[in-house]
This record gives sequence, C-alpha cells and structure tokens, in this order.
Amino acid sequence: MTLDSKSPTGPIETRWDRHRFSLKLVNPANKRKHTIIVVGSGLAGGSAAATLSELGYKVKCFCFQDSPRRAHSIAAQGGINAAKNYHNDGDSVYRLFYDTVKGGDFRSRESNVYRLAQVSLNIIDQCVAQGVPFAREYSGYLDNRSFGGAQVSRTFYARGQTGQQLLLGAYQALERQIGSGGVTMFPRTEMLDLIVVNGCARGIVTRNLITGKVESHLADAVVLGTGGYGNVYYLSTNAKGSNATAIWRAHKRGALFANPCFTQIHPTCIPVSGDYQSKLTLMSESLRNDGRVWVPKKKGDNRNPSQIPEEDRDYYLERRYPSFGNLVPRDVASRNAKMVCDEGRGVGETGLAVYLDFRDAIQRLGKPVIVERYGNLFEMYERITGEDPYAVPMRIFPAIHYTMGGLWVDYNLMSTIPGLYVIGEANFSDHGANRLGASALMQGLADGYFVLPNTINDYIASSKLDKIDTGHAAVKEAEQQVNCVTKRLLEAKGTRSVDSFHRELGKLMWDYCGMSRTADGLKHALAQIPEMREQFWRDVKVLGTGDELNQSIEKAGRVADFFELSELMCLDALERNESCGGHFREEYQTPEGEAARDDKEYSYVAAWGFRGVGNPPELHREPLEFEYVHPSQRSYK
Amino acid sequence: MRIVLHIWRQANAAAAGRMVRYEVPNVNHHMSFLEMLDILNEDLIAKGEDPVAFDHDCREGICGMCGCMVNGVAHGPLPGTTLCQLHMRHFKDGDELYLEPWRAKAFPVVKDLVVDRGAFDRLIAAGGFISVSTGSAPDGNAVLVPKDNADRSMDAAACIGCGACVAMCPNASASLFMGAKLSHLGLLPQGQPERDRRVMAMEAQANRELFGSCTNIGECEAVCPKGIKLEVIAQMNRDFLRANWVGRGGLKGD
Repeated sequence: MTLDSKSPTGPIETRWDRHRFSLKLVNPANKRKHTIIVVGSGLAGGSAAATLSELGYKVKCFCFQDSPRRAHSIAAQGGINAAKNYHNDGDSVYRLFYDTVKGGDFRSRESNVYRLAQVSLNIIDQCVAQGVPFAREYSGYLDNRSFGGAQVSRTFYARGQTGQQLLLGAYQALERQIGSGGVTMFPRTEMLDLIVVNGCARGIVTRNLITGKVESHLADAVVLGTGGYGNVYYLSTNAKGSNATAIWRAHKRGALFANPCFTQIHPTCIPVSGDYQSKLTLMSESLRNDGRVWVPKKKGDNRNPSQIPEEDRDYYLERRYPSFGNLVPRDVASRNAKMVCDEGRGVGETGLAVYLDFRDAIQRLGKPVIVERYGNLFEMYERITGEDPYAVPMRIFPAIHYTMGGLWVDYNLMSTIPGLYVIGEANFSDHGANRLGASALMQGLADGYFVLPNTINDYIASSKLDKIDTGHAAVKEAEQQVNCVTKRLLEAKGTRSVDSFHRELGKLMWDYCGMSRTADGLKHALAQIPEMREQFWRDVKVLGTGDELNQSIEKAGRVADFFELSELMCLDALERNESCGGHFREEYQTPEGEAARDDKEYSYVAAWGFRGVGNPPELHREPLEFEYVHPSQRSYK
Repeated sequence: MRIVLHIWRQANAAAAGRMVRYEVPNVNHHMSFLEMLDILNEDLIAKGEDPVAFDHDCREGICGMCGCMVNGVAHGPLPGTTLCQLHMRHFKDGDELYLEPWRAKAFPVVKDLVVDRGAFDRLIAAGGFISVSTGSAPDGNAVLVPKDNADRSMDAAACIGCGACVAMCPNASASLFMGAKLSHLGLLPQGQPERDRRVMAMEAQANRELFGSCTNIGECEAVCPKGIKLEVIAQMNRDFLRANWVGRGGLKGD
C-alpha cells in the first residue's frame, strides 16, 4: 500500500485555502440525507458533532461516560496556544508552526502543522463567542501567558481549568444541537467494532453499558475522537475509563496505526504511594520555575530531607544542564529522574520519587509570593499526600500522560479506511514525536471545529454508497464478533481479576517501553506480552453477565485490546533505531546523553497494518520532507 | 486500619435495594476513598461476589462523574472535595460508613451507587448555551469583558455537574446547578441576547424533570466540591422575575 498523505504542495501559507477550494461541497438540502457517526465527546468529538450538525448533517454521537461533559479533555490545566500575537512580542502563525515542528523533533507533517497554527486563531474567537471565561486583563482584553518554555506569550487560559472550560463550550454547543434534534446522543454506550462494507466505513457496533444490549448503527461516515492510549501503562494521568478499544478495533478492520511508540511522559506528577494506586495526578510543570530538583548523593540515605545537609544533596539537573537547570524539557527531566532512581537514590517509601524543593524560593521570595504563584498546586499536593510542601520538599515522579501516536490519517484526517475519520489525540498527525504544552487542546478543537467539517464534505459528495440495513452480512459478522468476545471473557471463569492483569501489563510496559528503551528490554517485553495475553484469556475472572451494567466486562474488553496494542508499541519502538522526542533508545544518544535522531534512516511515519493477533504486522512508511523547518539537534546544556 | 462499610446494593433500576455490610480490613491511610472501594471490589471478585458498581473517571476531582452519600453527606465529610479526592487519612480505625447513591426523583438509581444524571444534560440542552455556530465569531478581543465579570463568570463556570447539590437538597432542587450556568453565561456580554430566553427555558425543563423548588436552605453550597455560591441562585431568581415581567422569555414556565 502506498500512503498518500494528500498534502497540498506549493507555498505553505496558502495550502489549506487552496485545498479547501478544491474540495467538493454538499448541497445544504442534501446534507440532512446523510448520517455521520461521531464516537467520543471530548474536545475533538464534541466540537465535531456539534459543527457537523450545524452544517445540517444527521449526527449520532457516542460516549461511554454518563454525559458528554465528562470526557477527559476536561482535566487539562494549563491552556491553549494561538498565534494571535496580542502581545506584539514577535509571535506569528509561522512561529507557532516552526515551534511545533521543532518541538515534535521533526517527525510530523509540515502541511498539517501549518494548518493547525493557522486555525488556532479561529479557535480562540469561537470559544470566546461561546462564553468560555478566559482570563482577562483589567482593561477587559484577553490575558496570555508563556507556557512550556515558549519565548512568546501565546497561551490563553481559564485559571487552572482551561480544558474544562473549553470542553464545556463544546459540550454546550453539542447540547444545543441535541436539543434541536440535529444530534442524537448515546451516553453510556461503547463502540466495540467498526462495520466495513465494500471497503468503506459504514457504521459501528456498540454495547449499551446499562442493559448490555449490542446494537449496530449505520452511517455514511464514521469519525473517531476517542482519545489516546496512555492507559496501556495502567498508571497514567488519563481518566480510568480512557481506552484504545475504538481505535484498536478499527485498526483490526484495516486502519493503519502510526507511530505507536511515541508516548509522552510528564515529569511533575505525584508519585505512587502503594500498590493500591489507581491513577496518577499531574501538577503543572510551572512548579519547576521556582522549585529545585534533588536527591541524596548517597544510595539509601533515609534521613529526613531537612536533615540532609547541602553537601550531601545532588541537584542533578543543575549539575548536568547548567544553562537550563531545572527547566530542561519534559523528556530530559523525566529521564534524569528515572536515572537517579535506578541508581538507588530515589526518595520516599517506594524509592521512586525525587524531591522538588521550594525551601530556597521561600527564603528568597517569602512565603506569600509562593502562595500566590503555586497556592492551588500546593493545596492539591497536600490533599493527596497529606504533606505540607511549604515545610517538607514535594516528592515528584514522571508519569505517562499523552500519546502522540494513533491511527494514521491523511491531510483530510481520513484513515486508510475510506469514510473513517480520526481526530484529536486518537490520530497521529500533528505532534510528531513530542507534543508541546498547550497544544493538545488546540489540536482537538482545530480538528473538530474547523478541519474535519470542511474535509468530510468531499467524501460525502464524491462517494457512492449502497443503501444498507442492519441485516447486512458485514453487520451481522461484526455483531457476532462482539458477542463472541464478551462470551469468551465471561466463560474464562479463571482466578484473577481484570485489574491484576492490567497492572502486570502496565508495569512491564513502564519498565521496558516507558521513559527509556533498549533493544534487549523491548525484546524481553515482546517475549512476555504474548504469554501474558494468553494467560489473560485463560485465567481472567469476570463475574456477572453480559446483559446488565457490568463494569468488569467493560474493563476486560479494554484490557484485552491493550494486550494487543502493547505488542505493537514495543515492536515499533524496537524498529525505530534512533531516539527522538518521547522515544528514547539508550543505544542512540549523543555523548552528552541527549536523544540522537537519525534523519537519514528514520525520517518517516511508521504506519502498521494488522495481520492477525500474534502475527507480525506490516510496516508502511510515509516519508517526511521538511521544506521550511530544517532538522536540527536539540541541546539544553 | 479497618473500615466497616454499609453499602446500598441494588441490582438494577427496577429491583429493590438494601444496605449490605462489608469490612475492609487493610486500609492504608494514603488511599483515596475510591481506592478503598477498589480494594473491596477486588476482595468481592476473589470471593465470587458481584463487585459494587460506582461511577468514576478522572479521579482528579474535575470530571464530576464520581460521588455518593457518605454518612448522609454528599461526597463525604471534607468540604470542597469530591469523593475521588477524599483520602482515608481523614478516617480512623473502626469507622463505620454508610454509602448511598444520590437520592432524587430526577436521578433514578441505575445500579448500586450509580445514578442517571441525564436530567442535567437536558437542562443544558434546553437553553444552557450561547447560540453561536462555528465560524461566525468575531475576533476574541472585539468584545471586551470587564475582568471582574470574567472572574465571577469563571467562579460559576467551575461547576462540574456532579449532582451533589441536588442529592443534598431536601427538595432535590437543581437551583445551584442551573444558577451556576445562568451566572456563567449571564455575566458575559456574549450571553446577553439569550438571557431571558435561557432562564425561562431552563426553569421549564427543571419542572419537567421533577426537580424540586429552592427554599434557600443552603445545603447545596455546603457540599459543593467547587465552592459554587448561593448568590448564583439569587441571580437566577432575579433573571427569572425579569424575564417573566418583560415577557421576552419566548417561553412560559410550566
């Protein structure tokens, strides 16, 4: 298969405009004859469902939560980028484009990223008009801050709840369409398979999570906005319900999966406190502006941190990176924390944490300044750990919180299955090997409000789809497949709970396909995963029945998919013999210990095709070309 | 430490429910409340008993999905805290806790501690929005918003829609939830054109959903995990009166 990205050529500034003009339109009167399914109701799915309905399409929207407002986009704290240049500080669409390509370590598509930067302007306008209460200056103008090491102030925010407010904006737009009858909403309904007829995506099979009823929904096109797959690791900053089932089952129906090994680790999370831990909580990395990261110099130094004198402390980031110090990028900070913990110098009960100390900042600036800057974060930390970070240093550790990989899509956001579109974190397209702060919200809304509603018309207008009903053989086959999985899980009647398997898989992935990877480690994981998967199917214990609210069966299906996806992640990581962005292979580093990219061999998107569980997947390569931003090495010394 | 739980078990919406006693012997004080329930469920699964169904998702106190009554208080004893952010260090060895689902006519029980809060979504669908279709917005700075209004709007917009206010209210009124949305949008210039219509439509829907009336008791404010203030209800009442008076609501209250 040749991967046609359908990227326009010519001057990058006008690519999107020219492309949009070349796309076919659907007559407004005809739009209501077409049904579009949107799975997921977060920033991408929610905004897409609302906008498609505004255009006149009949929309069916699905989410597994009890309300579309619960989607995990809601947890984003920091903000959303837009190249408004309201501060006259030299920002521009081109600079946001440049920063994003470079930040992605040259593994994204220039055309897509440029469009993202362009559309960022419209997103802010749209959200303001919807009533998103962005922070304002006394004059009434929008306030901005600089974020994640950017040199310009382009981040718009609503206190520490930007994701929540943007999601509520999209949710309200969606509810307006539900109220007017344009969107039919299916909450507590999970997509369990994709229906493909004559090679085109024509619908989905769902399970009603309350009654257990398996149903099929048919449409002219299917849009997946179902988020990332960070929960492969069991412990992550994702919501407990976040899962890869929708994209994975679409993958098994023929959609290629791109760059699965590109995962992002966030350095300032609250560490694990015990083996009962169910999830990890992220704290804004702005904490590193004033906190100093350290561990004891000696292994096994169990003294209370206040009793460890200056000469016995190792401020390892300041020592290794004198010019950036504690402000090195996310991946560098994370890897170094792992390194010192691997050396046995980690702190806390588990030894898997480092100190983030505000003692010096409090002495220098006074407590009131620290309260003003970080009060809410300190409160959150104290609520979870029961420790007062004004008195004792915080303990932090990195955690998985975003996945750049996802289903492969072209410039129109269509996957390799015609009629199947993938938006937001669920696709792979815009962040390359590493996502910059305040860019996830931007991409979700860009895809949902402005990109997909323009590109999908072309498919609807130009494809001739047969009329089908739920009696079609492909529909029956997909339903049967779903029922078969449920039955198999219920009939295993083994001895171990779903969670115990998920924890085991998560730990293996974290150890061998987490912050840093080696060929040996990945090979070890690749040997273990099939064994664990086999054991899962044999020994999993799922109580109850399939025709009731049964949270164990929901989890079991998702974990079954993680057992397959994790294998692909390791394989992709093993195949990519270079380090780039969030993918760090220990064999490939510069003498200073930084990620060493190999642009000659690996400047491509790795898009994998499914060939059956346990069979080696097929690798397709989409070469990446950089006409505008020329690849360079990152350095933070 | 050892915690004794009495939990409402109800197989489905139609079944009768009852309180069942459980013991969780090895509770670590660093655990969150939901992690304690996870442990109980792992135990129940090992014994071959049906685990307790409860709603939860982000476990960071922002998605609004979790919540139940703990000894008669929505989200438990710690003020300003969702159930997922409540940690076991606030309890002591041997404590007996009674867990019940949100109780309100408008929130029917689905199973055990899980309730159906779809009525909240229908309130928003009735009018809790600004009608702006994608693409028609002017520049973000074209309409100025006084900082004070933006801040107060944000205070109200912080509502997570968990339903604790309804569960705690003796009348099962949704006034704090509605007031929060009406203040969020009503404090912004963008929300003015539909202000009268919005309050009338949401009030009418609240009556259809069988939410009760507000008698200003303030239990809702006391348990709100996001600190939404009673003043949003006062604002809602003023808006409602005005909309009725000027007759521009476009809809009559039921």
